[in-house]
Amino acid sequence: MPETVAAILVKHSRKPENLIPILQDVQKELGYISPESVKDISRYLRISENQIFGVSSFYAQFRFTRPGRHSLKVCLGTACHVRGGATVLDTLENVLGVKCGDTTPDARFDLERVACLGCCALSPVVQIDKRIYSRVAVNKLSELLKFYE
Amino acid sequence: MNNLTKRIESAKEKWEAFQKNKEPIIYIGAASCGRAAGAVQLLAQTDRWLKENELAAKVVQVGCIGPCYLEPLVDIQMPGQPRVSYNNVTPKLLPVILGSHVGESVPYAKAAIGHFGKEPLNGIPRFFDLPMLKPQVRVVLRNCGLIDPEQIDQYLAVDGYQGFMNALKTPPDDVIGVVRRAGLRGRGGAGFPTFKKWTACRNAPGNQKYLICNADEGDPGAFMNRSLIESDPHALLEGMLIAGYAIGASHGIVYIRAEYPLAIERLYQAMQQMRDYGLLGEHILDSDFSFDIKVKEGAGAFVCGEETALIGSIEGKRGMPKSRPPFPAISGLFGCPTIINNVETLGTLPNILRNGPDWYNRFGKEGNRGTKTFSLVGKVRRQGLIEVQLGTSLREIIFDIGGGLQKPFKAIQTGGPSGGCLSEEFLDLTVDYESLTAAGSIMGSGGLIVMDEDTCVVDLAKYFLDFTQKESCGKCTPCRVGTRHMVEILTKITHGEGSAEDLLALRTLGDTIKKGALCGLGQTAPNPVLTTLRYFRNEYLEHIKEQRCRAVVCKDLIEYRVIKEKCTGCQSCVKVCPTGAISGPRSEPHNVDKTKCIKCRSCYVTCRFEAIAGDAIVIGSVEKTS
Repeated sequence: MPETVAAILVKHSRKPENLIPILQDVQKELGYISPESVKDISRYLRISENQIFGVSSFYAQFRFTRPGRHSLKVCLGTACHVRGGATVLDTLENVLGVKCGDTTPDARFDLERVACLGCCALSPVVQIDKRIYSRVAVNKLSELLKFYE
Repeated sequence: MNNLTKRIESAKEKWEAFQKNKEPIIYIGAASCGRAAGAVQLLAQTDRWLKENELAAKVVQVGCIGPCYLEPLVDIQMPGQPRVSYNNVTPKLLPVILGSHVGESVPYAKAAIGHFGKEPLNGIPRFFDLPMLKPQVRVVLRNCGLIDPEQIDQYLAVDGYQGFMNALKTPPDDVIGVVRRAGLRGRGGAGFPTFKKWTACRNAPGNQKYLICNADEGDPGAFMNRSLIESDPHALLEGMLIAGYAIGASHGIVYIRAEYPLAIERLYQAMQQMRDYGLLGEHILDSDFSFDIKVKEGAGAFVCGEETALIGSIEGKRGMPKSRPPFPAISGLFGCPTIINNVETLGTLPNILRNGPDWYNRFGKEGNRGTKTFSLVGKVRRQGLIEVQLGTSLREIIFDIGGGLQKPFKAIQTGGPSGGCLSEEFLDLTVDYESLTAAGSIMGSGGLIVMDEDTCVVDLAKYFLDFTQKESCGKCTPCRVGTRHMVEILTKITHGEGSAEDLLALRTLGDTIKKGALCGLGQTAPNPVLTTLRYFRNEYLEHIKEQRCRAVVCKDLIEYRVIKEKCTGCQSCVKVCPTGAISGPRSEPHNVDKTKCIKCRSCYVTCRFEAIAGDAIVIGSVEKTS
């Protein structure tokens, strides 16, 4: 068992209700839910791997592939939609050449959509890593991406 | 009890000394929205500026005061002077403001939006007299933006935890009685009387009872709960203590979205402070009441806003709703009686317990007592977080508080994806649970999205249905298959391939899903479609019969054109076009190659803001003859 996963597991008791917090911690540490970590969790919580995949695939937060260097999230909440969030996403898909939900071939960006970041008054917003950019304009997007390598 | 009384006394002294400050205080609104607008950079810049100029000042991070369109906000309070608020502060403007106000003690009136004093000041209006704030009644949001959310002492100084102490002095049944007389209804959307739920839970057999705070604010376009937790976390936590005491619970859980990292951080911090002050844990304030709170992060599933799904998620399962009864108040989390209350419901409780039910009854109207927070966003001029009495009209909210729109008003969506889209004729509708339901919408958690003629209602209905369809957990057929089918029909219509029968099919499907779905998500999912069909039928017909989208939103029905007479050939649009669809030599009118154009809007935006002779590129949707 890799040390990182082991270190996460010991922080939680062996109760099935701890499955989601454990998955969240694993994703925080590894960036995704690796097949090996599922095996370890299964052994620790004494529930089947199928059950773990069943739960983790239900929630939008969990991913099963290695993430890119930067996460690029386009908010598609209602306020952002009304103010052109979908156009922002279309443009980014075009500029990066990947579809929403994919990682660029050079692993530079993960392009994702989120339901709402809660910054509706500053819409449309885009989140790159931890920073939220407000009132983004489609013609300024390429410039914005230059800051992230 | 004594210990806390002492602490309150010292907190009040501290607060008074803080108010009679000897050195300047600089408040920076640093909730998530302020941060997105650049507050963090301003914080660093302020520190640098103070160091360079060798001036001493206290820099305080506060929460969100409401008018998000003014972000980032920087407030300055000089000794013996009222606090003055500056809006939309840029890194360029900040040194000017600091230089004038902190450096020379002269408020920089040109950039100031309002002050918090009682007397007039240099022609600056009072902050709470601003048109956006004057009609509002701040009960839940009373401390937001005014106190430091990271300091329990400031909350104590403004009578925090007073409501909880009042509750502790009376038997739990009396606390429920107070809430009954106050007429508080659940602020999560359905408006179920809070005391009824509580009574059922209190009377349910079982030693172990749970209180869950639903902070899984999943509605896109709503951020009231995030703002409250970020700006005044103790208000929520005090409410949880009161509710926990009333229903006889010993465990509380805050189920909060993982997308709100700052709110989660503030909660953990506030809970630690409560523990230090003996407000959490065994025998709180030396009473027989023991209560502990845990934070559970949601993992991104809209359906977990539904009570039974939320419980499933906390138990570590897939978040799928169960059929009721049994209601969670009888058999909920791990089979124990469980109460699930919304953040705002809990945040209101301290005020009711502190000031009494009669005070609370002064707000709102018969059957709809109190206030409600809304996030007012979309195409209004003044966007932000607002709190009004129930029974306020939509017109007042949109035009008095929101300042109206730049273009003509078209529609307002209340209640998020579960709500309805109301047209102009409903502007005089009062905002209360019954009126909104009668109009085919719902109160919901409080998102108000205002739309002008640039929004296509068919596209909007598709957007909401697409959202609920993706978020449907798939357990019951009406919701799983029905919403899918509705999205397919709507997509067809937005592509200009719809037929008149499709409208009937949408109606039938919508009615069926409403009646047949298992949980609130499914039962309300068709609302956006049904209301737009009712109030904006013409627009559907235009899409179907004329293949025209009057708001020029539906991509398949629009095209981009260059007006030759206006175009100066400045090449700005050629540079931004990602597919090379625009061509033409410099100084000559450009051409759009329609086969290459992906309708990304880049050229349109550029032409409006950067081109030498703007507005040459237009988007049109013409009647097609085929």
